[in-house]
Amino acid sequence: MSLFRIFDIAGSALSAQSTRLNTVASNMANADVASSTAEGVYRSRQPVFAALLRGERGAAKDQLPGVQVLGIVEAERPPRVEHIPGHPLADENGYVYFPGISTVEEMANMISASRSYQNNVEVASTVKQLMLRTLQLGQR
Amino acid sequence: MSKLIDAAFGIHPKALALGARRLEVLAANMANADTPGYKARDIDFRSALREATGAAGGGRLERTHERHLAGRAAASEQLKYRVPNQPALDGNTVDAELEQTAFAEAAVRYQASLDFLASRIDGLRKALRGE
Repeated sequence: MSLFRIFDIAGSALSAQSTRLNTVASNMANADVASSTAEGVYRSRQPVFAALLRGERGAAKDQLPGVQVLGIVEAERPPRVEHIPGHPLADENGYVYFPGISTVEEMANMISASRSYQNNVEVASTVKQLMLRTLQLGQR
Repeated sequence: MSKLIDAAFGIHPKALALGARRLEVLAANMANADTPGYKARDIDFRSALREATGAAGGGRLERTHERHLAGRAAASEQLKYRVPNQPALDGNTVDAELEQTAFAEAAVRYQASLDFLASRIDGLRKALRGE
């Protein structure tokens, strides 16, 4: 019964979107973490999504893909440098390095992820109802 | 006997199976709404159903000679790419709102097929009992 496959598909999307929400949370939490070197500063992490095909390669054309997280990459954005000589983490020139994270960008990313998550929850619950009704077919 | 039951059920079992397949396609579209390079797909329900029921005008291969091999169009050939309204820069053509409404429509159609089948089963049962 092909309706069962939808749970796999929607489930893979839920897991991918929750990974995305996790990276957003991590980025937001570390947005103000100071560092005394440009290399040691926290870099924003972003997941890379890709379509996921299960099973043997020959069947791939007919198969409908779920989502997988290929990996999490660190953004190549330069750190924010501030001159705060009194800061305990300031280097010998009085500079402190902060992550180059835009909280506005991260918030927009979070809203998009949560909307996608809700979409897929809705899909799974609709399909569950349809399956239950199909099972009750012909019963009285 | 089974022919009688087949005739009573008519088009609905096939519509149900196709509806399930379409729900799967739309769910895959929605799952990949944020996947770079993913192209949204859909089933042309009318022509797929026509083909499944063997009516003329479907994508079925006609045999003009009795020694020809019987051809059947594969299910993948019914999957068509959506014409994108506003494709994203990363090559993704999924329009989440469009997919949502299509999914809702497909779910309602699936339920309609279920209801038709239930009433047919009811009718058959009544006929068998002779009520």
